Amino acid sequence: MKIQIAGVGKTFGSGAPALGGIDLEIAEREFVCLLGPSGCGKSTLLNIVAGFLAPTTGRVLVDGSPVTAPGADRGVVFQEYVLFPWLSVAGNVEFGLKLKGLSRAERERTVARYLDLVGLGAHAAKFPTQLSGGMKQRVAIARALANSPSIILMDEPFGALDAQTREVLQDELSRIQRLEHKTIVFVTHSIREAVYLADRVVVMTSAPGRIKQIFEVKLGEVRDRFAPEFTEIESAITRTVKEEVAKVHE
Amino acid sequence: MEWGLRGPAVARRRALRLKLAAIVGFLALWSIVSGAVAALKLFNPIFLPGPWVVLGALVTLAAKGQLWGHVVATLERVAVGFSTGAVLAIGFGLPVGYFRALRNVVEPVVELLRPIPPLAMLPLFIVWVGIGEGSKVGFITYATFFPMFLTTVHAVRHLDPLLVRAAQSLGARPAQLFFRVILPAALPEILTGIRLGVALSFFVIVISEFIGAERGLGYLINDGRNFFLVPQMLGAAVLLGLLGYTGNAIARAAERRFLRWQSPS
Repeated sequence: MKIQIAGVGKTFGSGAPALGGIDLEIAEREFVCLLGPSGCGKSTLLNIVAGFLAPTTGRVLVDGSPVTAPGADRGVVFQEYVLFPWLSVAGNVEFGLKLKGLSRAERERTVARYLDLVGLGAHAAKFPTQLSGGMKQRVAIARALANSPSIILMDEPFGALDAQTREVLQDELSRIQRLEHKTIVFVTHSIREAVYLADRVVVMTSAPGRIKQIFEVKLGEVRDRFAPEFTEIESAITRTVKEEVAKVHE
Repeated sequence: MEWGLRGPAVARRRALRLKLAAIVGFLALWSIVSGAVAALKLFNPIFLPGPWVVLGALVTLAAKGQLWGHVVATLERVAVGFSTGAVLAIGFGLPVGYFRALRNVVEPVVELLRPIPPLAMLPLFIVWVGIGEGSKVGFITYATFFPMFLTTVHAVRHLDPLLVRAAQSLGARPAQLFFRVILPAALPEILTGIRLGVALSFFVIVISEFIGAERGLGYLINDGRNFFLVPQMLGAAVLLGLLGYTGNAIARAAERRFLRWQSPS
């Protein structure tokens, strides 16, 4: 198992637990979506795997060793893009490579490769302030991939984008995953997005967040959002999620 | 420099011409007033010499070979005092802004010292380190430290924590985090603090040169007062104004150079 999440719970301060005992195992090269109503602790869980937060109970193992801090083996893509605004597009993608002390030639080759992969080869010299939201998120994805982590954690990465851009980036991510084969944990509250991208969709309960149900999405690598099988699994997940959303409003 | 948001945009060359015209207009007004004082005998014209008299005084001082020494003395004190203040302010400001424990220790002390007008401490500096260069340079360092320190602390405190997380998950170790993320992210505000510091150093140097100096533009002003040399007093003041203006222009150029990413063309 690539990632083992064992009994992970999180309570902030003296409040009610945000996350209550999560057990989940994620295989190498697997694409897992965490899905649930807002406030179900899915981002908290992702932050614990990233090493940004320490769990109150339980632990997370990556390749068998416990996670205690953030590290280059787990790349993170944030909803807010979080590019370094003082660095150019190429400078952002190069950031992790520089930290590793790679040679200039090697860095330039890698940066060019990943900028081409996300279709931004022509924008290498621009600064983040000159980019649209969709372009910023492509840079952030290229930055995470170029650092060659084995795991990529994505926290509602397309949540701030408009619907069209969002679908384009879903297509791109699906294409990239067919080339790169990373282990991906992807937080979203879009059911369609989860069904389009994931090998497994983990539906979480409302606070305290627990695993309600796990859906295997066996639709092959290239998916059609309008295929009957797609709609079928989308409906099944929607019913499950609705139960949880209804609980929040009771 | 842009002052207002209202009014149509003015072409660069036209704006430059307007600015030059304003300066010429000011000099003309000054000439007319001082000329009128002399012609109408409103009061002793020695109190308000015209711009050409002031320039004349400066030229005379320069011809005697004295002016340069005074300018250099002031510039040297400002350069040494200010840069020491900047290094200390940024060097302490970065860690104090970043580490909460450190901030809790340092902040109350700084908050107690800060409201004291720096000039109130000048006599104390003289008592402590004597009347020589040390007290003047040290005083500039002391006075400029606070605005630069506080802007640095503020910049680091209000840094987007996600930037730190992003860097950490790209593999940044603590030292790399400091030099590659925290420093550049805080740089815009640090540079604002530096500009405040430059202005403040010209502000305080004059007063410390009033007391027990033998050289410097502040000394020239005080010397002019003792001997009733109003043109010399005004001349030294004009030179201080020009130096301060140049200092500010350099600081602004540095901002444009280092912060090009904020509004790239």
